[in-house]
Amino acid sequence: MTNEFILETHGLTKEFAGFVAVRDVGLRVRRGSIHALIGPNGAGKTTCFNLLTKFLKPSAGKIFYNGRDITARAPADVARLGLVRSFQISAVFPHLTALENVRVALQRQHGHSFDFWRSKSVLDRFNGRALELLDEVGLSEFAKTPAVEMPYGRKRALEIATTLALDPEMMLLDEPMAGMGHEDIDRIAALIKRISAKYTILMVEHNLNVVASLSDIITVLTRGHVLAEGNYADLTKDERVREAYLGAGHG
Amino acid sequence: MAALTDNTVRTTSRRIIGDEMIVFILMTAVLAIVPMTGIYPYFVMQGLCFALLACAFNLLLGYGGLLSFGHAMFLGTAGYVCAHALKVWGFPPELGIVAGVVAAALLSIVTGVVAIRRQGIYFAMITLALAQLLYFIYLQTPFTHGEDGIQGVPQGKMFGVLDLSHPDTLYYVVLGGFLFGFLAIYRAINSPFGEVLKAIRENEQRAISLGYKTDQYKLLAYILSGTLAGLAGSLKVLVAQNASLTDVHWTMSGEIVLMTLVGGLGTVFGPVAGAFAIIAMQQYLAGFGQWVTVIQGVIFVVCVLTFRRGVVGEIAHYFKRSL
Ligand SMILES: Nc1ncnc2c1ncn2[C@@H]1O[C@H](COP(=O)(O)OP(=O)(O)OP(=O)(O)O)[C@@H](O)[C@H]1O
Ligand SMILES: [Mg+2]
Repeated sequence: MTNEFILETHGLTKEFAGFVAVRDVGLRVRRGSIHALIGPNGAGKTTCFNLLTKFLKPSAGKIFYNGRDITARAPADVARLGLVRSFQISAVFPHLTALENVRVALQRQHGHSFDFWRSKSVLDRFNGRALELLDEVGLSEFAKTPAVEMPYGRKRALEIATTLALDPEMMLLDEPMAGMGHEDIDRIAALIKRISAKYTILMVEHNLNVVASLSDIITVLTRGHVLAEGNYADLTKDERVREAYLGAGHG
Repeated sequence: MAALTDNTVRTTSRRIIGDEMIVFILMTAVLAIVPMTGIYPYFVMQGLCFALLACAFNLLLGYGGLLSFGHAMFLGTAGYVCAHALKVWGFPPELGIVAGVVAAALLSIVTGVVAIRRQGIYFAMITLALAQLLYFIYLQTPFTHGEDGIQGVPQGKMFGVLDLSHPDTLYYVVLGGFLFGFLAIYRAINSPFGEVLKAIRENEQRAISLGYKTDQYKLLAYILSGTLAGLAGSLKVLVAQNASLTDVHWTMSGEIVLMTLVGGLGTVFGPVAGAFAIIAMQQYLAGFGQWVTVIQGVIFVVCVLTFRRGVVGEIAHYFKRSL
């Protein structure tokens, strides 16, 4: 694939019982970039993610991933194509250890997942890779800790490690730093910067400092439609963005 | 279903595998010496059948997070088919057992395909509806003999040598069947498949986002659960020498839920303890007649209010162990 854009949408629209949450969104995500999606609460960012990963069916519009129309695919298929999402609310498997969380992802690609007659010790061969991934996000010491007992910031890092385990081409991160302290934010930001060398990242984030320092391009969404797009410096000069976004109490 | 997430394996260290091993050896040893103790073996055999049934149910609810309210259909169907095969077709007991298990497996495939896409309470409702449908079919079809049931089922000789009309022989055959089913479930829980199942129970959306087609895993759990419930149904026919409508009635489905919850949902040994507790209670309270149901209900309410994790679940929680 030599497409410049890894992900493209045309006229993406989602209607909930008469209320249009996403209206005619045309999004183009450049391969290898960090693309931020920002906007006030209720702008439709999470809904967009749900549409892109097929957790919701679009009311209208088309989604192309790597030039392929994925509009009618099932969510598990989209993940298998290499487009993997995280969730706004921390999504770990709480009673599995950090190591097991990552292993569940590794296991999917390498088969055996329907083998109910084998001992799970066959999964031990994934331990090495799982530890590598945990190490990559700074979680080595938590390998044997059940996810439910990990601090919030570490759970988000665990989610990223689990997503990385699938070796995706593109990651969608929904507010990866929401509710985090400074220290955690810095760590996750550095991590995102580092992994962006290998993956395309589309990210929803309210923390504008993070958005400013990480993203190559920013799309501003208000009331379901695209208000503006550009880099941080351009957008801060845009009167409409200041009004819609900063006026809503952010920044 | 708050209790669902409470009784889960905390870590996978060797110590915990050791705990389960010790309890398993103790349980097997106690069960193995029953015929020498003078305890009424019929009671224990009945208990073993229900224990296996509850364990199979626990695989689905405790580990798969799916509440079936029609599990009696597998018990009853396997029972009717096994009884018919033994009595009318003159099958030897081992083939009668297999016939019952196969029938339950087929039933679980058909009902599973229909039910598995439903979530939560809708899944419970559709399994209940399917079980009720089957109940009325069994009430009408001639081979089940309606209200009378299939009576006087011959026990025969297993593999041509083990005379099942001998109480001790029958006991060890039933114990063997129970242990087989119990270990099969234990293995399934601790298999690569079991890991995915737990992940789906913990966070289905996340499992989907990792590329798992979760319906397929839930369906497999349902089929395994139904099939092993069928094994319990076949064994029960050999013990009771009859198959009747009580085993397909919805109250039986309710009792299965009760046994599992009282013992400890999502624990390895809880359903066994729960099954024995409930049938012992029914035995000792038999004199109270209709009041048994009321007393059972009260115990259930107390159980839910005071020890939500079930007997074994609370013990495991207290000692911070996994049982
Ligand atoms: N399943 C649904 N049914 C009905 N309305 C919905 C549904 N999901 C989202 N909405 C509505 O769509 C709008 C957009 O919601 P969405 O969650 O996409 O916003 P967001 O931009 O992610 O906001 P936040 O910054 O608060 O996360 C909101 O008004 C929300 O109430
Ligand atoms: Mg959102």
